[in-house]
Amino acid sequence: MGCRLCEIHCITQHSKTKNIIKTYKGEYPKPLPRINVEEKGYVNFALQCRHCEDAPCLETCITGAMYRDDKTGAVLCNENKCVGCWMCIMVCPFGAISRNMEGKKVASKCDLCGEEEIPVCVKHCPNEAIVFKEE
Amino acid sequence: MAKRPIPTEFIIDRDENKCISCQACVRMCSNEVHSYDPETNEVLSDSLKCIGCHFCESICPTHAITIKRSQSEFKMNANWSAGVITNIVKQAETGGVLLTGMGSDKKYPIYWDHILLNASQVTNPSIDPLREPMELRTYIGQKPDRIQLKSNKQGKLSLESRLSPQLQLEVPILFSAMSYGSISFNASKSIANAAVQLGTYCNTGEGGLHKDFYQYGSNTIVQIASGRFGVNREYLEAGAAIEIKIGQGAKPGIGGHLPGEKVTAEIGRTRMIPSGTDALSPAPHHDIYSIEDLKQLIFALKESIRYKKPVGVKIAAVHNVAAIASGIVKAGADFISIDGLRGGTGAAPTVIRDNVGIPIELAIASVDQHLRVEGIRNQVSLIAAGGIRCSSDVIKAIALGADAVYIATSALVAMGCNLCQRCFTGKCNWGIATQNPYLTKRLNPEIGQRRLVNLINAWSMEIKEMLGGMGINAIESLRGNREHLRGIALSDTDLKILGIKAVGEM
Repeated sequence: MGCRLCEIHCITQHSKTKNIIKTYKGEYPKPLPRINVEEKGYVNFALQCRHCEDAPCLETCITGAMYRDDKTGAVLCNENKCVGCWMCIMVCPFGAISRNMEGKKVASKCDLCGEEEIPVCVKHCPNEAIVFKEE
Repeated sequence: MAKRPIPTEFIIDRDENKCISCQACVRMCSNEVHSYDPETNEVLSDSLKCIGCHFCESICPTHAITIKRSQSEFKMNANWSAGVITNIVKQAETGGVLLTGMGSDKKYPIYWDHILLNASQVTNPSIDPLREPMELRTYIGQKPDRIQLKSNKQGKLSLESRLSPQLQLEVPILFSAMSYGSISFNASKSIANAAVQLGTYCNTGEGGLHKDFYQYGSNTIVQIASGRFGVNREYLEAGAAIEIKIGQGAKPGIGGHLPGEKVTAEIGRTRMIPSGTDALSPAPHHDIYSIEDLKQLIFALKESIRYKKPVGVKIAAVHNVAAIASGIVKAGADFISIDGLRGGTGAAPTVIRDNVGIPIELAIASVDQHLRVEGIRNQVSLIAAGGIRCSSDVIKAIALGADAVYIATSALVAMGCNLCQRCFTGKCNWGIATQNPYLTKRLNPEIGQRRLVNLINAWSMEIKEMLGGMGINAIESLRGNREHLRGIALSDTDLKILGIKAVGEM
């Protein structure tokens, strides 16, 4: 519905404090949202990494920063290894990876909220528009 | 200065310590109350525009927003209250009829709150619905005067009398008429799906049946109102029953008006009118000026569906409702829906909504009593509507003589409605009473359905508990069983019309 609460909660989840007010009022730089709401007219769509089965970002990553988590199957970015060459961004068919230019340049993408059982964007979507499921 | 602004009704209290300027409120408010100032990174609010729908309050991720009633007070005056003065200011400004939505908010006595239920103690056992069977199933339709059985050679009994068509309800609660047009597609879909899941019925209102809703036909009562919108052969055949709408509790005696802006292509198609044109329902049916005329229409409809489905009539509760209902029974209706003073609407003139009609409690009691006296109560089912707020209202309505109740406002509240009474503006932030595609998306029909089902299931459980307490194990045994009701703080006349005793009376 275009409220962008998913982006707000995503930013909070990837902040140092994970507290929404502290994140917005005290943290600089704020983390980037790993989910982005695309809008055109009345159509809104929350876009984040689809964690593809044949993920092109995995193949193209020159440093091996992009990897697949064995347990969850999620495609993740090891920001220590990432050198910010943006090859993953070039090949991502969904445009789901963004450039994080604050500090060390790294690719910023959805990590399915790591240890959280349900990603926060799904949990906080007031209209249950975002669904978490494996296909 | 004669020109003065309409006073602020609400104050938006924004806790700056909590506001993170995320602008969710800015994006979500259809009344453009909130705005973002990029220079100061602040979100500002214009309380004057706020209608009190509480959507921003609900969506705010840090709970920084509280909507409060405006502190600006008029000088205390019991006669010239703030509402009266505000209405005069509005009308002096616009020169128009004041419009409103939902049911009357005037402080008329609510008789439900003056009726108390009985429970078993010592002399008869109460029933635990969790351990013993309890039936809420009921049937809407004409019941025969007597049941005749015949036995064959083997001595096996079978039914000889012919039964009229019946609607089978798993709970004595139906969703009242709300047209697609007055409410959104998603709201209609939520209600239709909930009706299917619950084994009850929804009502199309006078908006016709959208092609996507034909699949819910067996759980839909199709309505025929004075505008005859969307009525065709398929429509009549699709429904489980037909309801002729004569009147509506919120606006007895007047017609309807769906403004052209709300008549989208889909709504135009469903109503069979050009999109963008006003959908005007005349005040009367121009082919019904008497009970005899009504009879003709009832039987024309019965013919058209080959007497396979019940045909009912919906009227507003007005002064002579009992006599009118009696006429309707004699005209051949299978059920009568009676909509009381507090019934809701998408749009009605405020003065009509707040001043015309009588409360449903008295209307249903009076109709039930009158039909019993005339010996024709079995020929018709009564559905009470207009201001049923909770399970105890349902059970009291049934004990006063209703077969089932219609709910609509409660259903909307379950789907998010905050009764801001601005349905007629088409700007409903909750995505219910709007056709703006940006707003209608806000009601996810899956969530709507789930919440409606939860509400009715919760009410059903409570009804079973109350029935069990009274020592009754079937809702049909309670119908018109006024011995289980006592009136508190009511006048003798009220008690007489309700047909109930006062508290403490044996």
